[in-house]
Amino acid sequence: MIDVFGLYNNMEKNDILLSFKGTITSELLTSVLQIMENKMEDLNEAPKTRKKVFNVLVECLQNLYHHIDDFEVKGTKEEISKKKSAIFMISRHDEHYNIITGNFIANENIEKLKGRIDHINTLEREELKAYYKSTLNNGEMSSKGGGGLGFIDIAKKSGQKLVYDFMEIDEEYSFFTLIVKIVQK
Amino acid sequence: MDNLTIEGSAKTPTVEFEGVGKLLIKGRSIPENSIEFYKPVIDWIGKYGGAPKDITEVNVQLEYFNTSSSKCILDVFKKLETLSGTEVKVNWYYEEDDEDMLEAGEDYQAIIDLPFKMIEVEEL
Repeated sequence: MIDVFGLYNNMEKNDILLSFKGTITSELLTSVLQIMENKMEDLNEAPKTRKKVFNVLVECLQNLYHHIDDFEVKGTKEEISKKKSAIFMISRHDEHYNIITGNFIANENIEKLKGRIDHINTLEREELKAYYKSTLNNGEMSSKGGGGLGFIDIAKKSGQKLVYDFMEIDEEYSFFTLIVKIVQK
Repeated sequence: MDNLTIEGSAKTPTVEFEGVGKLLIKGRSIPENSIEFYKPVIDWIGKYGGAPKDITEVNVQLEYFNTSSSKCILDVFKKLETLSGTEVKVNWYYEEDDEDMLEAGEDYQAIIDLPFKMIEVEEL
């Protein structure tokens, strides 16, 4: 039988406020954002913290949403649905929040993504601001509008280095985990 | 010139563009696909440019916007930049202590050749 209590304890131990695993839809994101806004209000978080968490959460969740939308998976309907599934968690600790996302990625795309995040992680605040501004104004736009600003914005607004991991599943896919820390104000 | 009115939603802002030269974008702009949302907004500015008023006042009162919207908002300003025969003024509102929103306004100010006024308010 599924170890529900174990799952509960694990989430409790890791201070998880909210967690979801499955298909990421626009409606889901609307609900999750609403829930998180209410939670932070109940917790009497400072407006600055609320805004930071909300902003970073929007970018992280929409990153997932767009990734899954663009993610080409081969195989049966079941395999596709499984690979297009993702997980996210929001945890609240004594002095910070963590926004954690996890999704499948094709191994061939790891190098590019890793390169982008590593580059962002080398930048200090002023450099990030300049990088954001130049990317904003580079005239490129993805089909949904973002144009590569997501990770830069997450790093800039959180003020923290992006923590990530790629875990190889098989020859074709890996599981990508991203942890963004937001220090409470 | 007809007014353009779009009612705000959980993820999209209220848009009130008046033919008399008063343009307002207010609320939150966090749709997954913002190109779709901003198309009629940018189109309206193009039409307004055919016979604009002497002064065009643009009020941006955004609480949140995502990166998908940020390029579209830049396009709104770029469209405004092309207007001739009108003096375009941008008022960029931000809540006190919201450095991120102030910074975002300053980014647009640096890129766009229009006068920007940064206005701090207690609550948007």
